[in-house]
Amino acid sequence: MIESIVDFFGDETYASRRRRLFYLVLVLIVVADFLVSREHAEYLWERLPGWSAVYGFGSCVLLIFVSKFLGHQGGLMRREDYYD
Amino acid sequence: MTDFVHPALLFILGAVPIPFLNGTIRKAYLVLVPLLAFFAVLTIEPGSYGAATFIGQEILIAKVDRLSIVFATVFTIMALIGMVYALHLTRAGQHVAAFVYVGSALGVVFAGDYLTLYLFWEGMAFASAYLVFAQGGEKAVRAAFRYLMVHVTGGIVLLGGILLHGAAAGSLLFGPMEGGSIEAGMGAGAYLILAGFLLNAAVPPLNAWLTDAYPEATVTGAVFMSAFTTKTAVYVLARAFPGTELLVWLGAVMALYGVVYAVLENDSRRLLAYHIVSQVGYMVAGVGIGTEMAVNGATSHAFAHILYKALLFMGAGAVIHVTGRRKLTELGGLYKTMPLTVALYMIGAFAISAFPFFSGFVTKSMVVAAAGQDHRALVMLALTMASSGTFLHTGLKLPYYMFFGTDRKLEAREPPRNMLVAMGMAAALCIAIGVFPGPLYTLLPYPVDFEPYTGAHVTESLGILMFTALGFVIFLRALDPENTISLDTDWFYRKGAQGFMWLAEKPLARYEKAASDVSETAVLPFLHGSARAGLRLDLNGVDGVVNGVARSILTGGGVLRRLQTGVVTHYALAMIAGVIATIVVFAVVWR
Repeated sequence: MIESIVDFFGDETYASRRRRLFYLVLVLIVVADFLVSREHAEYLWERLPGWSAVYGFGSCVLLIFVSKFLGHQGGLMRREDYYD
Repeated sequence: MTDFVHPALLFILGAVPIPFLNGTIRKAYLVLVPLLAFFAVLTIEPGSYGAATFIGQEILIAKVDRLSIVFATVFTIMALIGMVYALHLTRAGQHVAAFVYVGSALGVVFAGDYLTLYLFWEGMAFASAYLVFAQGGEKAVRAAFRYLMVHVTGGIVLLGGILLHGAAAGSLLFGPMEGGSIEAGMGAGAYLILAGFLLNAAVPPLNAWLTDAYPEATVTGAVFMSAFTTKTAVYVLARAFPGTELLVWLGAVMALYGVVYAVLENDSRRLLAYHIVSQVGYMVAGVGIGTEMAVNGATSHAFAHILYKALLFMGAGAVIHVTGRRKLTELGGLYKTMPLTVALYMIGAFAISAFPFFSGFVTKSMVVAAAGQDHRALVMLALTMASSGTFLHTGLKLPYYMFFGTDRKLEAREPPRNMLVAMGMAAALCIAIGVFPGPLYTLLPYPVDFEPYTGAHVTESLGILMFTALGFVIFLRALDPENTISLDTDWFYRKGAQGFMWLAEKPLARYEKAASDVSETAVLPFLHGSARAGLRLDLNGVDGVVNGVARSILTGGGVLRRLQTGVVTHYALAMIAGVIATIVVFAVVWR
């Protein structure tokens, strides 16, 4: 069973099914976020349904590009023989 | 003392017979000792053990309370898992080092005074360094030396702090630091102790030893290293510095620092090592916030972290063990040949990313919620952003490029069974803690008033994580690993050491060569010449005089001997001649 699950995530033949499932999950999460109760919410953003989706996506994009910018333009990334 | 067996002793004394055991007996022994230690910790009673005085100081070998029991529990569980993972090793060295390492970590966790703590602290540094040295090869040996140098330096800072603190406070007993916050004003000794602890917790800029050494360690050694040094540091911080404001900010920065570097990383274990920095950030921040909930969060997160991070290191280690490759640019397409490893690794990845029903979810969220309760919105947002980065790298980037992605047609198979069993044990615990957090919560130092499974919390976490996955899918190409290394703060001592070597090799060596040239061309010949002249003088002059004197004494003696004729008339003649000679001398001198 484990093999077939792993295969589902790796094999090219399941690519379109994977994609559809993925988007379905995203939609379900956002919908569910509108339905849950938020009586304990303390901060403004916690009261906004869908906030976590926006923040998660924004964080991901920000981290990728800020890091790559620091790596390439900031000179953090060097050739492997840099210390030799 | 009769009702108390120190678990550290079980490991440290237990390491002695390992080299003398073989085959199945050794394997059984390696599993038995951690099991015994685990039961020793389970049955341990809170209290103080082994109080004594040493050089006029109070010593307390073991102080057992709830905080130390949680850490000791997970340490012994981890020792068991790590030993199972390493069972296939045929040579004893690494097992001995691992035992001493675990024993020292337990020694720190139970230490009731700073001197005991320091002793075990250094034991950890040396035992763990062996696990890097054991990898062999120039890169590993160099990294191990740097690791050892950094930790010995940290140890000296710690010792200095202990002595200053001891002199100021009048006691070396280990407990909450007086005036634990900056505003209350800590002494210089307390700051030095804090610096020593922060070094082992890998708080930037003192973090680079971790990401430098862990990827170079042996496959099995790195699993032990990922669990003990940083978590022992979290323990001592929680013990001595709860509520220190500085730690909140250091922790938040750390959490993001690790994930930023993880984007750049190409070496699989170095990427995971940067995530240790990030995850320990949550714990450091939790300790800094210092409320009961925050310390509970930091403690439980350390517990969960040890297990899932070991699982991740075991997964990456399995790939390295099988393929001999560690760079993401050289890996890919292994999912067909290593499906079990993929599945077990992913359980660790879901746990570190804090997916619902995995251990990180019930522990990490406690730290974030504690930050929220303490009205620290910025810290809360930073930590949430870091969890997005965690899933992005350990949950998506690393498995994608390691197991899926471009198929590099590597020859691979599942790792040895003991490795899979160890990974299975860790994976089972990661899920068990996530599904039934109750038992872990009852172990925590303070009563737990936190419910992780609320609807809003579940949808919020899933939203953060799955939309991070969306970002990953969209910007996949931007994340392609590059064949580079990243500069971190180890640049300062690596380049510093190179500068020192240049100074030694170029200017100093040139001066030394000039000096030796002068001595060879001028001073040495002069010395040689004068030595030769001295020898000649000695042989011809001094020896000649001495020999001459001796010879003339000898001949004179012979002559004198011949004069002794024994004939009275001869003596009388000599006396007369003598008298005449005397008179002549007097006549000449006093004329």
